[in-house]
Amino acid sequence: MKDSLGAAQSLLVLGGSSDIAMATARKMAALRTKRIYLAGRTSRQLEDNAAELRQLGATVEVVPFDAAATDDHEKVLSQVFGAGDVDVVLMAFGVLGDQAEDEKDPVRAAAVAHVNYTGAVSSGIVVAQALKKQGHGALVVLSSVAAERARKANFIYGSSKAGLDAFAQGLGDSLVGTGVHVMVVRPGFVDTKMTKGMEKAPLSTTPEAVADAILAGLRRGSHTVWAPGAFRYVMSGLRHVPRPIFRKLPM
Amino acid sequence: MAVPQQSSTGAGLHPERLYGWGMTSPSVAEVADPTALDQLSELVTGAGPRGVIARGLGRSYGDPAQNGGGRVVRTTSLNKILNIDIERGVVTAQAGVSLHQLMSTMLPLGWFVPVTPGTRYVTVGGAIGADIHGKNHHSAGSFTQHVLSMDLLGADGQIRALTPDGTPELFWATAGGMGLTGIVTQATIAFKKVETARIKADIWRAPDLDGVMAELAATDDKYPYTVAWIDCLSTGKNLGRSVLTCGDFAKLDELPAKVRREPRKFAPLSLGTVPPVPVNGLLNKMTGRVFNEMWFRKAPLRKEGVIQGVGAFFHPLDGIMEWNRVYGPAGFLQWQFVVPFGAEDTLRQIVERISAHGAPAALTVLKRFGAGNSGYLSFPTRGWTLALDFPTNTPGLATLLDGLDEKVLEAGGRLYLAKDSRMRPELLAEMYPRLEAFRKLRAEIDPHQVFMSDQARRLHL
Ligand SMILES: Cc1cc2nc3c(=O)[nH]c(=O)nc-3n(C[C@H](O)[C@H](O)[C@H](O)COP(=O)(O)OP(=O)(O)OC[C@H]3O[C@@H](n4cnc5c(N)ncnc54)[C@H](O)[C@@H]3O)c2cc1C
Ligand SMILES: NC(=O)c1ccc[n+]([C@@H]2O[C@H](COP(=O)([O-])OP(=O)(O)OC[C@H]3O[C@@H](n4cnc5c(N)ncnc54)[C@H](OP(=O)(O)O)[C@@H]3O)[C@@H](O)[C@H]2O)c1
Repeated sequence: MKDSLGAAQSLLVLGGSSDIAMATARKMAALRTKRIYLAGRTSRQLEDNAAELRQLGATVEVVPFDAAATDDHEKVLSQVFGAGDVDVVLMAFGVLGDQAEDEKDPVRAAAVAHVNYTGAVSSGIVVAQALKKQGHGALVVLSSVAAERARKANFIYGSSKAGLDAFAQGLGDSLVGTGVHVMVVRPGFVDTKMTKGMEKAPLSTTPEAVADAILAGLRRGSHTVWAPGAFRYVMSGLRHVPRPIFRKLPM
Repeated sequence: MAVPQQSSTGAGLHPERLYGWGMTSPSVAEVADPTALDQLSELVTGAGPRGVIARGLGRSYGDPAQNGGGRVVRTTSLNKILNIDIERGVVTAQAGVSLHQLMSTMLPLGWFVPVTPGTRYVTVGGAIGADIHGKNHHSAGSFTQHVLSMDLLGADGQIRALTPDGTPELFWATAGGMGLTGIVTQATIAFKKVETARIKADIWRAPDLDGVMAELAATDDKYPYTVAWIDCLSTGKNLGRSVLTCGDFAKLDELPAKVRREPRKFAPLSLGTVPPVPVNGLLNKMTGRVFNEMWFRKAPLRKEGVIQGVGAFFHPLDGIMEWNRVYGPAGFLQWQFVVPFGAEDTLRQIVERISAHGAPAALTVLKRFGAGNSGYLSFPTRGWTLALDFPTNTPGLATLLDGLDEKVLEAGGRLYLAKDSRMRPELLAEMYPRLEAFRKLRAEIDPHQVFMSDQARRLHL
């Protein structure tokens, strides 16, 4: 159970090797979160993350999970929920793709959409059902500021996040009254392995800062979290820039 | 066509979002308000995998009377007083009867509830489930010590009569058992004889924490009811300055003439006693200080023989309905501990830390407990008990309280489950040495954990 100060006792990460997720899990484990599931594709990083969280006193289980393998989601995830209540689910998997390459290769382009959108729809549905049965719990969805308006420089990724974002909002609305809280998180440029080697965009931030924003949002019961918060205003401006001008913006 | 899930008894199961008095950590459960016993037993035997828990008036602060994804049986429609023995002052009441109802019925007959908490709006079931204490703990013990017998509905849907002598295990596991042994359907309670429905109180101030502890220690034998309100926001030499309120029911000849005409009239209204709560707007450190200042100044330096109604003396907060909302949507929590006598240093350090933190704890109550009882998870044990309210959005509160929990534990003390909403589960077994025995008993009588609450999940009760 989440306690009166908003601290969760259990956490399930979908995409357990994510840097943002790991920064969040670290902070949670330091408080009350002592049962953690890291679901992800088998990797060295995933095992290292599990080991580090165990060092912090948490009981950690690694769960084989591939966002693209939607046929398995129900089976894999229901085992996790079968073992006890999960207070917070953090949906953190995602691929950035390589826009220039993906524009030339339909299979690669579709793979980005498949993981970021289809994989999220499938696992999101399973998680929502399970949380509903508990009568409490939060699903945190890592969307992106890119979801707010697709840019020519990364519209494949951006549109997949836009789909994910809309899905999560609708899911949240459908779950009102069930005790389940869906929170959409829209980070800007975060310094993680996903953006490694890329030139930092304005208002760039760190996984730790995003983690803090996530935890504050969970405490408050927010529906939307921007990281950094200033993006709320930046994007509300950009949203209304006419297309001919938006197209020419250096982004 | 989809048929809505309904108990065949028509107890009207419906989804509802529930939280405790602190309005934190809600969950959604199927809630029923049964009006008859047979409905109750079906609600228990038909509970799904997430079980069922009893709920009274929801005056516990955290999550013990809620059960996310499962069932919650609210007892407040099982509210009949079944039998009154006027001669002996023994009352049999259904579990959903409130202490308010019991006072209004019994005070005019010259009997008072044996134990009342700081609010009258608790049920008999909740009073047993948390084994509640009042200002008279040092002289009368806790609520269940005055329960002569009770009926408990078990996981099998059967009702068993429990008495302290005949079935001591189950009786004392249910006292303070937070609803996890079953649902109490009715209880027979021994009342306290009173000549009038008024209290004769002595009210005075103590300048600091040491002062109030000394005064309280010296009054144990003098008054059956004692309590001190202490100001945890003042600092320096004022740290722990307090107002003591001590008294007993007045004798008939102690009442002023005009009250004497209706000496046993129940006077629930507590107008005139302004509790230290800002009614408008949010409580914060500033307003908290101002209110504490007002409360302290308003109290007489020393006034003896003040005649007060039951409401003013026992339940000043009941004068403001839904006062819990003054803390705003973030809600609040209460933290209450007891440490043994001899641990005065711990108590002092805790008050100092809270004061230094500047947490706006406005309602701070200090009391001395007498001996504990046989309740497996019953809270009171001989020593000092301090209860404080904090808005949950107080910066640094989680870390502050985690640190204070440790101090309480080190001193051999414990936290009160009816107030808890946030403690570290690992500490519980150390604070309650009989927790293991409680778990064992529960595993025997309810192997499938039909009785389950959010608190039980959180703390692995
Ligand atoms: C302003 C205020 C002042 C208070 N002062 C005091 C005080 O001075 N001393 C003190 O001890 N407490 C105090 N309390 C706490 C309160 O007395 C307890 O939390 C009490 O249990 C509330 O009763 P309820 O009917 O609201 O029960 P709920 O809060 O609904 O339930 C409390 C527990 O009892 C169980 N329960 C309820 N009904 C039954 C039943 N029929 N059978 C079995 N279990 C049942 C529930 O499952 C739950 O675990 C105070 C609370 C408030 C809001
Ligand atoms: N970094 C940013 O600037 C930024 C900005 C906005 C939003 N986001 C979003 O935030 C989330 C976390 O990203 P991050 O910054 O922490 O980057 P990250 O460390 O690269 O995390 C993304 C994780 O997704 C996992 N993943 C990819 N494909 C998967 C699949 N098919 N199944 C399961 N897991 C898969 C990856 O693990 P494996 O490859 O090992 O499977 C990787 O650990 C992502 O959704 C991302 O889109 C990031």
